[in-house]
Amino acid sequence: MKVSEKWLREWIDTPLPLDTIADKLTMSGCEVEAREAVATAFTGIVVGHVLEREKHPDADKLSVCKVDNGQGETLQIVCGAQNVRAGIKVPLALIGAVLPMPDGNPLKIKKGKLRGVESFGMLCSSTELGMSDKSDGLLELPQDAPVGADIRDYLKLDDEVIELAITANRGDCMSMIGVARETALLLDVPLTLPAIAPVAAQHTDTFPVEVQATDACPRYAGRIIRNVNPQAATPVWMQEKLRRAGIRSISALVDVTNYVLLELGQPMHAFDLDKLQGQIVVRYARDGETLKMLDGQTATLRRDTLVIADSEVPVAMAGIMGGEPTSVTDSTCNLFLESAHFRPAKIMGKARSYGLQTDSSARFERGVDPAMPLQAMERATQLILDICGGEAGTVVDTLADAGVLQRKAILLRPQRIQRVLGVVMDDATVEGVLARLHCEVSKSDAGWQVQAPLARFDLAIEEDLIEELARVRGYDAIPAELRPRAPRITQPSEKSVGQGKLRNLLVARGYQEAVTFSFVDPKMEQTLAPAADAIALANPISADLGVMRSTLWSGLLRSVGYNLNRQQNRVRLFELGPSFHQDEAGQPQQRTMLAGVITGNLYPEQWGQVNRPVDFYDLKGDVEALLEQVTGMQFHFAPVAHAALHPGQSAQIMTQTDVVGWMGMLHPKLEERLGLNQPVYLFELDMAALALRELPKYQAVSRFPAIRRDLALLVREDVLSVGLENALKKAAIPQLVSYYLFDVYAGKGIPEGQKSVALSLILQDFSRTLEDAEINRIVDAIIASLQEEVGAVLR
Amino acid sequence: MQSLLELMGQAHEQIAQAANLTALDQVRVQYLGKSGLLTEQLKQLGKLPHEERKTAGAEINNAKQALTLALDDRKLSLQAEALDARLQAEKVDVTLPGRRMDTGSLHPVTLTIQRITEIFAQLGFSLAEGPEIEDDFHNFTALNIPESHPARAMHDTFYMESGLLLRTHTSSVQIRHMQHNPPPLRIIAPGRVYRCDSDMTHSPMFHQVEGLMVDEDVTFADLKGILDAFFKAFFEVDELPTRFRATFFPFTEPSAETDIQCVHCGGDGCRVCKGTGWLEVMGCGMVHPNVLNNVGIDSEKYTGFAFGFGVERLAMLRYQINDLRVMFDNDVRFLKQFS
Repeated sequence: MKVSEKWLREWIDTPLPLDTIADKLTMSGCEVEAREAVATAFTGIVVGHVLEREKHPDADKLSVCKVDNGQGETLQIVCGAQNVRAGIKVPLALIGAVLPMPDGNPLKIKKGKLRGVESFGMLCSSTELGMSDKSDGLLELPQDAPVGADIRDYLKLDDEVIELAITANRGDCMSMIGVARETALLLDVPLTLPAIAPVAAQHTDTFPVEVQATDACPRYAGRIIRNVNPQAATPVWMQEKLRRAGIRSISALVDVTNYVLLELGQPMHAFDLDKLQGQIVVRYARDGETLKMLDGQTATLRRDTLVIADSEVPVAMAGIMGGEPTSVTDSTCNLFLESAHFRPAKIMGKARSYGLQTDSSARFERGVDPAMPLQAMERATQLILDICGGEAGTVVDTLADAGVLQRKAILLRPQRIQRVLGVVMDDATVEGVLARLHCEVSKSDAGWQVQAPLARFDLAIEEDLIEELARVRGYDAIPAELRPRAPRITQPSEKSVGQGKLRNLLVARGYQEAVTFSFVDPKMEQTLAPAADAIALANPISADLGVMRSTLWSGLLRSVGYNLNRQQNRVRLFELGPSFHQDEAGQPQQRTMLAGVITGNLYPEQWGQVNRPVDFYDLKGDVEALLEQVTGMQFHFAPVAHAALHPGQSAQIMTQTDVVGWMGMLHPKLEERLGLNQPVYLFELDMAALALRELPKYQAVSRFPAIRRDLALLVREDVLSVGLENALKKAAIPQLVSYYLFDVYAGKGIPEGQKSVALSLILQDFSRTLEDAEINRIVDAIIASLQEEVGAVLR
Repeated sequence: MQSLLELMGQAHEQIAQAANLTALDQVRVQYLGKSGLLTEQLKQLGKLPHEERKTAGAEINNAKQALTLALDDRKLSLQAEALDARLQAEKVDVTLPGRRMDTGSLHPVTLTIQRITEIFAQLGFSLAEGPEIEDDFHNFTALNIPESHPARAMHDTFYMESGLLLRTHTSSVQIRHMQHNPPPLRIIAPGRVYRCDSDMTHSPMFHQVEGLMVDEDVTFADLKGILDAFFKAFFEVDELPTRFRATFFPFTEPSAETDIQCVHCGGDGCRVCKGTGWLEVMGCGMVHPNVLNNVGIDSEKYTGFAFGFGVERLAMLRYQINDLRVMFDNDVRFLKQFS
């Protein structure tokens, strides 16, 4: 809502500067978003009258004019504007005038010579006066503009416009009367509203109105005005007020209804009476009805849409926009003027559902004062008669639901004020604010019974009134209190692994944390997780962010590409965030995943270590380090293929019962498709599986020495490390306290199809030092188990 | 046969010339070994007349002792030299970087959420979370934003074909939490939120933190007190003026926008605060009675406050990041700055 300071000050009486007013409005809920002078601070410009215009002898696009400056002089002025012609009145910058320009260098008007012809001033466009960003030609002033008058005074240009952000609950502030009321309330200054006298009927012609949808339209006022002059010019004061509010002048009849909407907040509509059939019917649309709207679009109406119809067809979408066939034109002589009240709930969202957003719908859906239709009718009538002439008929006010003029009383209790705000407010203060709000108040035992003004749709419950009290006095008047409260221990369980711990572990292992979008490219999603039934967005921001990710890999791979394209060839990223899935019933499920990606060399460029590209086992080491945080839980890696991974370097990560993650090398085909050109390794783990661990449970340490025995074994090439481990477990030797594989070799010296593995066994007893014979028995048993399970033989 | 004197002179010379421990040991063997020169002399004693034997024996033993002492001396000094040489040889450039895996870093959004939750934890607020694919009820209706309400237009919402939506704010978590937990409540709920809006200063995905406190005695004064304390702790300053401006949110009444004094210019007005001296950082208010009633909490008995704010905004202020979009590019040169 753009508010002219001059217009506002017509109604409120305060010496306070605009700064203070703007600050008050901002602090109390109508935020001042912008502030702008309505014209630049030019000087020396008067109303000039172009008496003669001739073509410049030596320039096709220039005119040589004789201009009356109103001080008894006729000046010769060379002008380049297209619309310059004898007879018009325009702003005339005299010699000595100063015009500030957007580049900061003021233009000083001097006597000049254009193509050999002398010029004694300049005729101005609205842009040159800083009144608009662009213009086509000179600013033409009304014919009755007094020649020689200072243009600043004539157009009242010493004015500023503040732009208020009106919140969705304050429809009442979408008008000058509302902003003036609000300002008077906040500043506690008198408010003088324009007196609106009823316009006496000059004839008794009426147009019948039937309100069928009384639930949606409790009030409908109409009046006929005959014999208006549709060609009449809008007076300059009205044009200027409209301009300052950001509304373009169209024609006097349309401008009047727009002006009343701005001034009083009451949207009105003028129909061409001669184009209406029979009567006005306020009803819901019928199936299949259409309406060609003022904006040229034809809407196919739904049954939930309130319309104004004549006896034949809908002629307007009630409270939203009028229809084109019955609209006023420059040949309209007889009007039917509508000023109605529509219930917010019936208008809410309707405009948007037809792709519309109008000044009218914005007000009706927030609520318009139901007492206003009659006042607005009289105001608009008077303005039309003043500007366009004509004879007004009798107003027909159809009050279909008188209840609309009654406000329910709200009980306001002093102790509730204290409970909500934390401050005690004395009765005088409360009553003072309620009076300034123009509430009807009666005191009761419990507090006050308050009826809010009809325009204030936002005041419906006790808290709304409490907010008014706080707001009007200023939130600053409420102290900030940090009161002692019962302490609450928020420490999470020691058994929860905690996202922070896993994050920090990866950071310690050289990973940067990434945050990528939850929506991804559907093609990428399909490639990475062909089995997942991705959840699609109905209105994505762009096609390549069209589905919810079922894996974090797409975002991470995109980030890897981003970095590789910027010469960052060593990338280690992880992300902890949600992935989205559908269950069998099609319901969305969300899982928190921890995923990582590595590519490039293992170490940053440095002097002290042999560097090499990362491989599967580098990533596996990181994954194992993560899994180790979940003490008490056993995880397994199984060679299972994954659509996104190299079939020979892909592992499914499992607990005893569930698949909890994947890791491996990005499939070379995908690597090529993504243009990465270097091997990339990925993992992803379901955080649910990593959430809880067992607390450490002490186990005594043996006091007796441990003995190490190394075995060199030959096994088939396809025997997995996990097979050896299982064979060791199967041997069930209590003295085998640990073992590890310390070499794997195939090639020269090893038979084709076989590999050599070196296994180290650590043996220890709890109650004594093991003796050689015993050790040999144990090792033999282990070798036997290895042979039986995986066909291993000693080398 | 050489005289003992000659022999000793020659031995001492050889000891002095021994360049290392091996050479020195050879000298020892040469004279004192099983068939060393001195040992040989001792063996010859038996051939001497009885009366000379004693004197000669004593002389040889003295010589042997002297030789042993000289050997030990020389050994010590050779050892010292060897150690010196070794220490010299093992000298390193202590200014060369150490050998290690480099450390990574947390994302500034994570750092900021961690700080926020830690500060609120000290004020007794525990973590809560909720789904990001939400239904209309939890994201809107229960929060007193009925269908078609003009306030919905502000929330450029992403929808699924099913009618579900991506939560537009973390306020939906309040509803879920209150549905399942009786008051008193003190929660903080960080998370991703989504708005169908993308330009220089808007990302279609960003992070919010929602806070909620419900009890029998929670007031607007408490809200101001808690937020004041939070901002001072977050920006680590003793004084940080805040101001509360009235505004409208469907789910709070009274509602406020919270501004903090510009942390860049200290309130003088700068580019960051667009010359106003204030930074808008948070929306808050007293939980609307309709919201409490919607989740079955008696709004006569209980009052509460709620607040919500953007994490990126605070992170950008804290770390002087002037471009929202770098937050989601994941350029490692950006990320590494937060280690």
